[in-house]
Amino acid sequence: MKNKGQDVYMISGGVTKFTKASPEADFRLRTKKAFDYALNDVGMTLKDIDGSVASYFSDHFQRQLMSGIMAQDYLGLTPKPSKRVEGGGATGGLSFQAGVEEVASGRMNTCVVYGFETMSHVNTWKGNEFIALASDTNFDYPIGGFYTGYYAMMATRHMHEFGTTVEQLAKVSVKNHGNALHNPYAQSPMKITVEDVRNSPMVSYPLTRLDVCAMSDGAAVAVLANEEKAFELCDNPVLIKGIGTGTDTMRLADRPHGKVILLPNESESDYKNLKYPGIHSFRAGRSAAKEAYLSAGITDPLEELDIVELHDAYTSSEIQTYEDLGLCKYGEGGHFVEEGKADLKGKVAVNPSGGLLACGHPVGATGIMQAVFMFWQLQRTIKKHFKDETLQINNAKRGLIHSHAGTGTYVTATVMEAVK
Amino acid sequence: MTINPKAKLEETQDGTVVYNFDPLIVKSHYEIDYVHSYAQDSEFFKALGRKEILGSKCKKCGYIYATPRGHCMECGSETEWYKLPNEGKIHAYTTCYFGGEAFLNETPFHLVLVEFEGVDSLFMSRIIGVDTEDLYIGMPIRAKFRRNLKLNPTDVYFVPKA
Repeated sequence: MKNKGQDVYMISGGVTKFTKASPEADFRLRTKKAFDYALNDVGMTLKDIDGSVASYFSDHFQRQLMSGIMAQDYLGLTPKPSKRVEGGGATGGLSFQAGVEEVASGRMNTCVVYGFETMSHVNTWKGNEFIALASDTNFDYPIGGFYTGYYAMMATRHMHEFGTTVEQLAKVSVKNHGNALHNPYAQSPMKITVEDVRNSPMVSYPLTRLDVCAMSDGAAVAVLANEEKAFELCDNPVLIKGIGTGTDTMRLADRPHGKVILLPNESESDYKNLKYPGIHSFRAGRSAAKEAYLSAGITDPLEELDIVELHDAYTSSEIQTYEDLGLCKYGEGGHFVEEGKADLKGKVAVNPSGGLLACGHPVGATGIMQAVFMFWQLQRTIKKHFKDETLQINNAKRGLIHSHAGTGTYVTATVMEAVK
Repeated sequence: MTINPKAKLEETQDGTVVYNFDPLIVKSHYEIDYVHSYAQDSEFFKALGRKEILGSKCKKCGYIYATPRGHCMECGSETEWYKLPNEGKIHAYTTCYFGGEAFLNETPFHLVLVEFEGVDSLFMSRIIGVDTEDLYIGMPIRAKFRRNLKLNPTDVYFVPKA
């Protein structure tokens, strides 16, 4: 990164409980609730806010265009500057980074990033159809457009390439649903076994219902500030240490079969025969991680990160993402979860909140939810916000949040660091 | 100019489908026909009627795409049409038991990514005439074509090679 601009801190956050359907509140009221929670937590008022970024994925779900300005309006933020940012599943991560950029550039001293999605206005299968429209509508969608199908093909290839097993995929589901038992904001906390995952209805071989995240209604809000405002408004802010963003081809079929993009702790000899990224790995995830690590000064991610909240829309994509983020080498992701390295008390806690699998995935809110949970972890205020301290990772100093779109088309990685 | 204080909206029998009263949840219908242009991809769809799968080849760097694109992602140059072989191998597969609403009545169906000899990228398609347990990566497969076209990519599909 040529110039990081001024330091940016997260100073507060709020999340609504994610649910299958919350018809008693629309997206504006839901966002307002998360917004008020965040403002009240640090005693901020509207006058403390310089501008905002609106994060939501699809106009289709509610057949309402310009939802962003409707939320801005409802929150009482007009006529302050604002914009909508959209990038599929990574909408939340991209919006959060857009907020960081607003402050880093010096344009704003404080910026609120609010995200929401209301997916309950259409049935699950219509929702899947809308999501599948985020694939090439000339070549991919008409074949049987279904994102779980696309991820399932990546999973069969990952299994072929590296020997990953369906039981290893299931272990991700067991871990994340189990963590969520202690997260009051989560949609589907569950104590389940590997057998439960394998015995649940098959969605797209090898992915079962419990390998796949659910549709949700939800909202999340993050408040960002420059150093002066951060310490004026908040006694325990968290530093945004580095950001990274990667992209890849829209069509899975177009992914190249070249050389691995190496992280500082890897060498070419690690991957002599691996054709990369193919469809087994996410080049955008690796690129995002590489940029974020460079700007945060991280050279050995497994040793230098205490917590990762990553985009586990599918159990298989959590395993793929361990590898993209360099928590292990390419091909070792299945063993990484099997050996308990991603557990709450493992080498690095991955998705201590329960992730998308258990929290739900109201798309525009998801990446911001990750930021809020990471913020509370690094502030060490999980007990205050969850009324349960089970998930608090002791002595957590540094964490990474990871947001992911399409078949790995946009991916963001953001490193956050405790100040106290 | 009309000033009619007795003007009255005509009553209709349409009514509204109500799912719940608290909060009030009603049915809102929406449908649309798009005038969808295949634009620079048009030739691919037309060729399926000749039982040909057209990929594309970069005129400058020679990169060959199984799924065509007008310009090369490697060097940015224009591509030309490239006739693919009608036989390939399975690169990855799945069987979908659920799907988007438009495809639910076709489930279960198999999706495959197909690799072709000497071609740099893949092609997504369906395969029929096999069960999930018969599918494997590397399986030799052959393209078949609809006689009556739908002019979408399902006009080509794959079967196991005899």
